[in-house]
Amino acid sequence: MEPAGRRRRRRRRRGDGGARTVRSGLHPGLPALGSRGARLGLHGGCAPPAADNRLKTTKYTLLSFVPKNLFEQFHRLANVYFVLIALLNFAPAVNAFQPGLALAPVLFILAVTALKDLWEDYSRHRSDLAINHRGCLVFSREEKKYVHRFWKEIHVGDFVRLHCNEIIPADVLLLSSSDPDGLCHIETANLDGETNLKRRQVVRGFSELVSEFNPLTFTSIIECEKPNNDLSRFRGCIIHSNGEKAGLHKENLLLRGCTIRNTEAVVGIVIYAGHETKALLNNSGPRYKRSQLERQMNCDVLWCVLLLICMSLFSAVGHGLWVRRYQEKKALFDVPEADGSSLSPVTAAVYSFLTMIIVLQVLIPISLYVSIEIVKVCQVYFINQDLDLYDEETDSQLQCRALNITEDLGQIQYIFSDKTGTLTENKMVFRRCTVSGVEYSHDANAQRLARYQEADSEEEEVVPKRGSWSQRGSIGSHQGVRMMHRTQSTKSHRRTGSRAEAKRASMLSRHTAFSSPMEKDITPDPKLLEKVSECDKGLAISRHQEQPLAHLSPELSDIFDFFIALTICNTVVVTSPDQPRQKVRVRFELKSPVKTIEDFLRRFTPSRLTSVCSSTGSLATNKSNHKSGSSLLSNLSNDSVFLKLEERLGQPAPSLASNGYSSQAESWASERKPEPGQEQELRYEAESPDEAALVYAARAYNCALVDRLPDQVSVELPHLGRLTFELLHTLGFDSIRKRMSVVIRHPLTDEINVYTKGADSVVMDLLLPCSSEDARGRHQKRIRSKTQSFLNLYAVEGLRTLCIAKRVLSKEEYACWLQGHLEAESSLDNREELLFQSALRLETNLHLLGATGIEDRLQDGVPETISKLRQAGLQIWVLTGDKQETAINIAHACKLLDHDEEIITLNAESQEACAALLEQCLQYVQSRGPHSTPKKTEGNVSVGFFPLCSAPPQSTARGPSLSLVIDGRSLAYALEKNLEDKFLFLAKQCRSVLCCRSTPLQKSMVVKLVRSKLKAMTLAIGDGANDVSMIQVADVGVGISGQEGMQAVMASDFAVPKFRYLERLLIVHGHWCYSRLANMVLYFFYKNTMFVGLLFWFQFYCGFSASAMIDQWYLIFFNLLFSSLPQLVTGVLDKDVSADTLLLEPQLYKSGQKMEEYRPRAFWLNMVDAAFQSLVCFFIPYMAYYDSDVDMFTWGTPITAIALLTFLLHLGIETKTWTWLNWVACGFSILLFLTVALIYNSACATCYPPSNPYWTMQTLLGDPVFYLICLITPVTALLPRLFFRALQGSLFPTQLQLGRQLAKKCRKTLQTPKERFAQGHLPQELKAELSQGGTGSPSESLSKDCALQTSQHLQQPPVCSPEASGEPSTVDTSVPLRENSPRGSPGSSIPGAAVSGECPGHLRRKSLSTSRAAPLQSLFSLPNFSSLGCVSSLSLVSGLGSVLRFSSSSLHVDKRDSEFLSSSPQPEQDLSGLQRQATGYV
Amino acid sequence: MAMNCNPKDEVDGGPPCAPGGAAKTRRPDNTAFKQQRLPAWQPILTAGTVLPTFFIVGLIFIPIGIGIFVTSNNIREIEIDYTGTEPSSPCNKCLSSNVTPCVCTINFTLEKAFEGNVFMYYGLSNFYQNHRRYVKSRDDSQLNGDPRALVNPSKECEPYRRNEDLPIAPCGAIANSMFNDTLELFLITNDSDPTPKPILLQRKGIAWWTDKHVKFRNPPGEGTLEERFKGTTKPVNWPKPVYMLDSEDDNNGFINEDLIVWMRTAALPTFRKLYRLIERTDDLHPTLPAGQYYLNITYNYPVHSFDGRKRMILSTISWMGGKNPFLGIAYITVGSISFLLGVVLLVINHKYRNSSNTADTMAF
Repeated sequence: MEPAGRRRRRRRRRGDGGARTVRSGLHPGLPALGSRGARLGLHGGCAPPAADNRLKTTKYTLLSFVPKNLFEQFHRLANVYFVLIALLNFAPAVNAFQPGLALAPVLFILAVTALKDLWEDYSRHRSDLAINHRGCLVFSREEKKYVHRFWKEIHVGDFVRLHCNEIIPADVLLLSSSDPDGLCHIETANLDGETNLKRRQVVRGFSELVSEFNPLTFTSIIECEKPNNDLSRFRGCIIHSNGEKAGLHKENLLLRGCTIRNTEAVVGIVIYAGHETKALLNNSGPRYKRSQLERQMNCDVLWCVLLLICMSLFSAVGHGLWVRRYQEKKALFDVPEADGSSLSPVTAAVYSFLTMIIVLQVLIPISLYVSIEIVKVCQVYFINQDLDLYDEETDSQLQCRALNITEDLGQIQYIFSDKTGTLTENKMVFRRCTVSGVEYSHDANAQRLARYQEADSEEEEVVPKRGSWSQRGSIGSHQGVRMMHRTQSTKSHRRTGSRAEAKRASMLSRHTAFSSPMEKDITPDPKLLEKVSECDKGLAISRHQEQPLAHLSPELSDIFDFFIALTICNTVVVTSPDQPRQKVRVRFELKSPVKTIEDFLRRFTPSRLTSVCSSTGSLATNKSNHKSGSSLLSNLSNDSVFLKLEERLGQPAPSLASNGYSSQAESWASERKPEPGQEQELRYEAESPDEAALVYAARAYNCALVDRLPDQVSVELPHLGRLTFELLHTLGFDSIRKRMSVVIRHPLTDEINVYTKGADSVVMDLLLPCSSEDARGRHQKRIRSKTQSFLNLYAVEGLRTLCIAKRVLSKEEYACWLQGHLEAESSLDNREELLFQSALRLETNLHLLGATGIEDRLQDGVPETISKLRQAGLQIWVLTGDKQETAINIAHACKLLDHDEEIITLNAESQEACAALLEQCLQYVQSRGPHSTPKKTEGNVSVGFFPLCSAPPQSTARGPSLSLVIDGRSLAYALEKNLEDKFLFLAKQCRSVLCCRSTPLQKSMVVKLVRSKLKAMTLAIGDGANDVSMIQVADVGVGISGQEGMQAVMASDFAVPKFRYLERLLIVHGHWCYSRLANMVLYFFYKNTMFVGLLFWFQFYCGFSASAMIDQWYLIFFNLLFSSLPQLVTGVLDKDVSADTLLLEPQLYKSGQKMEEYRPRAFWLNMVDAAFQSLVCFFIPYMAYYDSDVDMFTWGTPITAIALLTFLLHLGIETKTWTWLNWVACGFSILLFLTVALIYNSACATCYPPSNPYWTMQTLLGDPVFYLICLITPVTALLPRLFFRALQGSLFPTQLQLGRQLAKKCRKTLQTPKERFAQGHLPQELKAELSQGGTGSPSESLSKDCALQTSQHLQQPPVCSPEASGEPSTVDTSVPLRENSPRGSPGSSIPGAAVSGECPGHLRRKSLSTSRAAPLQSLFSLPNFSSLGCVSSLSLVSGLGSVLRFSSSSLHVDKRDSEFLSSSPQPEQDLSGLQRQATGYV
Repeated sequence: MAMNCNPKDEVDGGPPCAPGGAAKTRRPDNTAFKQQRLPAWQPILTAGTVLPTFFIVGLIFIPIGIGIFVTSNNIREIEIDYTGTEPSSPCNKCLSSNVTPCVCTINFTLEKAFEGNVFMYYGLSNFYQNHRRYVKSRDDSQLNGDPRALVNPSKECEPYRRNEDLPIAPCGAIANSMFNDTLELFLITNDSDPTPKPILLQRKGIAWWTDKHVKFRNPPGEGTLEERFKGTTKPVNWPKPVYMLDSEDDNNGFINEDLIVWMRTAALPTFRKLYRLIERTDDLHPTLPAGQYYLNITYNYPVHSFDGRKRMILSTISWMGGKNPFLGIAYITVGSISFLLGVVLLVINHKYRNSSNTADTMAF
């Protein structure tokens, strides 16, 4: 089990062997670069000047803008094409338009893009400026003090001094801190979004400094890596002037962009500045992906190019023939060359070809790309604005980070999901534990959790009771044993379910990660609590004896160790809000971690005092003297100190701080105000939620972590008082070891203990082998097997399991290990490897203490979302690092797996076994596939299957439902080249696939495999750093901006607050975006083809001379001005199916998956229609004006008008939703055309040769024939399309059309008077329809009242139905109310809510079964039910009633509790606390 | 934009934004526009919903079509081809270019009298006035009387820009190929009277008003047209210079209406151009009474070489212009088709209404 927060991707970046040397910027004597002092040089290379801290993210300067921007724009092939064509126009022999005019559209497009770029660049510039001009204290050589400088003036080698809540301006090596331990806390939220505090440490050698750090005396040289973007690594060493070397690691580095917290002030030297900082190097900017639709579109653009070339060639040949024919005949209209010679037919043909390309260039839509971009930006805007994608709890809405793949959302076929934090909340709650082979089930705790769930659902429906702080009775909880630090405010937080409180909680948790009240308040198990207090008491009594722990029974001592391990085996930081840390701390004994062997010897020899006194550390003498003094003190007068402690808890340090510290403290104390010692709630800031959960759990058992320093951990026990453990080492978590350990010296026994916490699979293998001979060994064995069985039980329940173990080290063992460890630590090169090895050496021969089960609750609405996404035809694969049982269980909980479906489990130990298994599975699948006769699995194939529930899958249209579960190792085999096809084939047959124990790399490999082999659109969703690779590989990456920081979000294209928003994002917005864009692209092609068609037909009547009857202005601006707006409006706003219908009928999503709207057939049909329409639009005017005295442009202008009208009407047919914006856009287009035409035609009588359009439009407006052809032509052109649409809509309606019809019917019924609903009557129409359909197939009636499709496999037939058939109309209409009312066969299934009166048992069972994963809210609080017309209020009312009845008991309790608490003044206090906190950060 | 990891995020309201101030949430506005809930009309195209459209189209178009058809049929029009390619044609003799000037006479009979104003057109077929290089070959500035363009015509006019170092006025291929047949119409009042009565043909009023008064202007200056056109030469094919096109000053030079009409290049290779107006003189007599006429043609314009044809057309006009049988027929046809489709849809709608509902169920 991986504590989630630590799943860091291990990035190993080798190869940049270069290093950087940084010296103090204050010593001009040293070899320097630049006047302000030496900065840096590179080892063995010429040194480029180090960047200063100026931030420059702009791309252009004033001078470079035009060339650079143009250069960038010409990377787009289309732009080059259009410019080339425009330039072609300058050749007189082939020009079709006035050259300047032909340039206009290209210039327009380029200018628009350039303006956009300019604006973006300008805003970047402004923000750069703001950042560059932030202030910061920098040490000045001249003034010998810290002076204010702008950020941009900071250079490498400068000393900066930062205060609490300041943002770090550059990557700074921490040299000094106001904290007595040389610590500094930073918040990295700006960097990775993690809100918990991280600890940074002063460079070794400086932490021991007594007086304030003086930059002038700094003469050391720092050697470190070249700037790189690895946030999690920093290596280097500092060489003091005396030649001493000390290693530097990432704990010493403060990264730019982070915020100093809880530390008064720090001083550091700038190592990397400006663009060399890790934060900026990590910044890769927005991503550009090309969507599938765009790829397809580009392919069709190529078709258009081909078409264009064909047309031009045809014309060219035609013109050649024409010229040959008429030239020899001395035709009057044949114009010779300028010199009087006649043009040879071939030359004429070539000229004609080029001119044709110019004239027909419209076929390649110049505005298409711009329009698509505009539409996408608008789509992104609307997605961002969607209220239903806004998460109130976290006050975040969906973010679109990639702007240009919105339509891909509508075509997803495979979803790859992470589990932890994606499907689950990643809010870890301690559920149960087992210690020493005894299981403590924590029933009360379970009840408590259940109550949260209930509270969740109730609060949804009942009017929100803001401000009424009701407390739920703590049934079974022991008030008396509440933690001493548990303040009233946490109690009042107990009901988190309510929105308001959740919001408050999330505001709180902005500062304290992972500490919602639900996680904090753990109801202890009474038995265990008793045992804990028993050993607490026992120890308190026997503490002064030689072996205090020996007096306890082994079980009790295990329990004690277990809780100590829970409390200290972590990296949780204890903070109290807002103030620098040392206020809370009580310091007894000060020791730095063991750093050298001498140190070790010194400390662990009996004559501790003398050896310390004789030690001659130059820097630390003073300090260690003091330290040993105080430790002596504590050793001598333990009791008295403990007594005092009780009184002093609140007002600690200053009085205890001894001289050495107070001097240092004073030096910092300039702006520090003494604060009254008020009792502050301790906050635990953990890197991962698991850790926090365990610490809170231990606290519930009165074993509270009160303080953590790098060298010591203090634990508070009621009887024993405060125990301070000397923390010798912390071996952090990594995903390879899957465990973490702390090495401590036990204050009671003085033994060196190793506490290890880790995944059960790992820890169980590391236990001390126990012989079965002696009794103890047998006992141990039993304990282990029991624990293992409990672990399995936990896993089955879906809990995350962790094993806790301990090891007692003898001093010799420790010394031996320490030797190696110190070597590893001080090694510069291979430090990480060596530390890893060292950890492995330590974590063996463990003694098992117990195990914990942590519940990671499913997020709201996950099962519903999954079932919706399923209905939408999406295949969902879950890729998790969790163990198989846990994963399967969660999968069941979120309805990814059904209990009646077969699960194929692939667990292979070797490549061969895996191959064989796959083969068998395939055979099995194929054998059952075609016949769909389920065979008993046990008989046939025994190796790999264990059908959890061998109920024969119903042979429905969906086919057999199979699920595949594969573990990481087998996955590795299955992903081998020779097996991947088989694996994929098998996976394709399965309804869901679950990959457990998979590494981040495997995750991305799976996604890549599916993407490349199945050519499927993939979406990966995840929340943690371990999902990043998967998110990046998938076509669409979605990050969840949840608990685990922002790494996934940074890598993603879309970031959602919760998993459930995926439903709306894909099913609604994805569908809309796809359908809008697909239709718009099709329309674009149609429009251009049709327009070009007009010109092409004309060639037959002008000798293929590339003449155009449409005025050049219209030709050039038609696409850009006249016809662009309506299609943009439609492209942005059109809704083929309403959101409600889409959500109700997720199957509609399949149209996008199958690319129904924009497939090659649609494209070519569209082209044929365009050809037809252009024929009509050409030949009707042709015939109407045949043999008349019409001139070219008087004839061409009506054709233009006709084309415009036809386009608009065509768009009208294709537009599904007409808002006033559509009308306005269409009206505007026509008006604009008329206005432009009128103005243009009256502006100049002699300009714009050759068209001479003077007064043409005005004349036309006086010509009745103009109106007549404007009326008949568009109608004629569109009759077939309309007819076809109508036929298709009636005879072969697509799913989408059906959906629309259905929605329309629903709306109609809604429009009937409301009172009828109120009275519970059915709308007449509905009734009529029902009775009509009732005689036929019952499912007919179902479809009529917009009932949902039933997913037949979901549920068994309900218990009671006779009543239902007795009043059929009522029951039938209530069916559609529910979101996913499953019904096996119509009439026999009744929604629980509607018939609750008759069938309470059924209802209850249903509700209970859903209550865990699907809160009751989903039954009746459809967000959209107001717009779902068919919902008859009858069922609504009865549904409400039943729910109210159902929850009345809990309401009752609720009321009593609120009375109980109403006298409490706590809420106000709490609020004020919040405010104080808030102001602290302002 | 690209600065995700920057401290400025905090300034802009990143995660650690101060919770102290007024609770400024990122909650999107709940407006109809932003939530895409604008009131909308959502038509669904099925047989049932669309068929009214077809009927309406049918019902509107058929009457219009009938109206146009009747109107068009009431227009009198007579067309006389005088190309002379048939040996029997009187103009056949003019095909060989050695007879100059060649005059031929064609007799024709008007069965019915032409009431109202009668327009006399010449029609050309297979004449590509819309050819790209032909269309371009003109200089509008010159025709507008620009003195500079008069002596230095546009390059577009090449190769008809200069002749023997003198600028051509009007330059270009269009002007050069101007129609130059002369058509005269005579009425044979009765058989006994051998002297035919010439019909008065108006030379003015045949061009667009704006063309005559705005677009085309003679070069400015005092004196006679000849002086004003001094320094220019006639187009190669023309027998006379431009200032000798007509005797009347307001119809001479660039504002000669025959020239203006010719310069308005026809859209299609078969076209007609207004040649003369026959105005109705008095209300008692028809403009052209029924009877025998003969057409006197001074045959200059060579079209037979490129298989072209020349026609003379006499036509009355109506509110919708000249005779145009097509539009009426088109309206009637489209209207009928639309009506028929409407009927088809009606049948479908009737027949398939139930089955379309089963389709609903099947699909879902």
